[in-house]
Amino acid sequence: MSAESAEILRVEHLQKYFPVEKSFLEKMLTRNRHFVKAVDDVSFIVRRGEIFTLAGESGCGKTTTGKLVLKLVSPTGGKIFFDGADITSLKGKQLRELRRKMQMIFQDPYASFNPRMKIGDAVGQPLEVHGLAKGAEKRKKVLEILERVGLCPGQKFVDLFPHQMSGGQRQRAAIARSLILQPEFIVADEPVSMIDVSLRTAIIDLMLDLRKDFGLTYLFITHDLAIAKYISDRIAVMYLGKIVELGDKDAIFSNPVHPYTKALLAAIPVPNPERKRKTTELIGDVPSAINIPSGCRFHTRCRYAEKSCSEKEPALVEVEPNHFAACILTEKPDTAE
Amino acid sequence: MTQPLLIVDGLSVEYQTRAGRTRAVNDVSFSLGKSETLGIVGESGSGKSTLGLSLIGLVPFPGKIVEGKVFLDGEEVLKLKKNELRNLRGTRVCYIFQDPMTSLNPVKKIGDHFVEVIRTHQPTVTKVEALERASKLLKDVGIQAERISDYPHQLSGGMRQRVMIALAIALNPSVVVADEPTTALDVIVQAKILDLLNSLRDSYGMALILITHDLSIVLERSDRIMVMYAGQVAEYAPSRVLYEQPQHPYTIGLLQSIPNIELTDQKLEAITGQPPDLLNLPGGCRFWPRCKFAFDRCHKEDPPLYKSGKDRVVRCFLFDEGGAKP
Repeated sequence: MSAESAEILRVEHLQKYFPVEKSFLEKMLTRNRHFVKAVDDVSFIVRRGEIFTLAGESGCGKTTTGKLVLKLVSPTGGKIFFDGADITSLKGKQLRELRRKMQMIFQDPYASFNPRMKIGDAVGQPLEVHGLAKGAEKRKKVLEILERVGLCPGQKFVDLFPHQMSGGQRQRAAIARSLILQPEFIVADEPVSMIDVSLRTAIIDLMLDLRKDFGLTYLFITHDLAIAKYISDRIAVMYLGKIVELGDKDAIFSNPVHPYTKALLAAIPVPNPERKRKTTELIGDVPSAINIPSGCRFHTRCRYAEKSCSEKEPALVEVEPNHFAACILTEKPDTAE
Repeated sequence: MTQPLLIVDGLSVEYQTRAGRTRAVNDVSFSLGKSETLGIVGESGSGKSTLGLSLIGLVPFPGKIVEGKVFLDGEEVLKLKKNELRNLRGTRVCYIFQDPMTSLNPVKKIGDHFVEVIRTHQPTVTKVEALERASKLLKDVGIQAERISDYPHQLSGGMRQRVMIALAIALNPSVVVADEPTTALDVIVQAKILDLLNSLRDSYGMALILITHDLSIVLERSDRIMVMYAGQVAEYAPSRVLYEQPQHPYTIGLLQSIPNIELTDQKLEAITGQPPDLLNLPGGCRFWPRCKFAFDRCHKEDPPLYKSGKDRVVRCFLFDEGGAKP
């Protein structure tokens, strides 16, 4: 992907704080409110036609970021630009117009379909919502898209209920539903993590094919770096609501800079019995997103942490062209490993 | 290898459902020695969990063990009476379940779980002694002893799974069956839990059965691997040979479809089709509708397990009479 490619999405200093519910008594006794800082000052650009991956463990804010981008939740702070236009505060009709261009594929194909709605109706519903097609025309479009995602013959699948399909077929139907409006941009939130291993590759290959045919851009969200490596052009690694490292796939995998990225890569099981395994060197568990550590939020678990790490929050700086990391060590390259 | 610790011989389990009878586990045999790890890998519905549960007579209703024998230290497990079997679970064979959230009692403190397990099997131990042992066990799995008076919801997912492991080894069992022990956990926690199981296996000399859907994990962590497909053993071989020379087309397909983070520009190849419905199996080999190498005979006959090399078996006609390799 060349650096000149036009950007389709730009996110600037995005924040989402969820208030922590307190009991009635606590509300009466204390005034200070607590927040879960799910996304805390995240900025990135997605270029047209690329697959940009947000990777990280559960609770790092990757899914919330995906939802913020689609305006499924509204941000606490920051700005979102789609196709050059500020969409942060869009509402009503304009927002609905925008949603035609951006769609989402959810993790759980069991939960994302109405169990009482036939697959054909569910896949065709967006057309009606947006007033694009009805009746015979809608049916024709539904059949077309079902067959495109590998549910052949479409005729056989339109009248099935979700429970009559397997997990892989249901996820294909979910992909069909997200494509029927011919969007430009798709957020795919862990689209294969609930699918059997032998069917995963087929779904991923389908997504890659569709990108070519429909000229799609994906924001891919996953915890599985092995899949991220296979599918993405660029990767952002998140930790506790912040991007800690961002770069081209090759840079992230061959030259990881941030200690967290390194630990994450070392923890991935490699299908090779010959490989000598390094034991994980991370200390403890992920801290709570309510009480985020001061300074660098990773310092409580970092082997290389020094005193200044708990005082100053490191900024995301360019360590080599198009490769960014937020770690104090990168500012002093001689000590970085 | 000396006298194996656990021998499973021709085990079959059936579920009687309204829609018909299905064989979830069909004629499975293996043996396992001290300090060895066996990896059982398969997709959902391949019968891997049912196999694990049947080793200690825990197959859930309406399942029934219809054939086969399980020997533990020379003793036939499935012939034991109910109370003897109950005694064996926990003390000699232990089971670690997938979801640590639902396998701990939410209204009991962590310490009380240990007291219950220890005192059920060893009634002479006092509560104080049991708690002392509990804090030692918690330390072994890397949890601070103060956590003994916490409730399960106060622990993170990884810590809960550590508690489950500590509970499992509380009575020093000789075999530990871990059924998807890390599926609900993040990669870093997963690596730590698997490291822990490995080191406990070595220090206590336990035999470990690791059941998972993730071929990468078993390739990395086990001595031998059993690949299951639709209730049958598709291939059973030492990990290294399985990796270097997979024989069953399903194993080959799986190896080609999992991304390997150490390779660059890997081309993944998907296995076509879907796993079969156990109530409506294809005739002949259960894998033929998805198999690239299928020929006439595969549609008609059910292949037996062929011995296809030292220490390995495969269920595929390509290996009949030392047939050609795919």
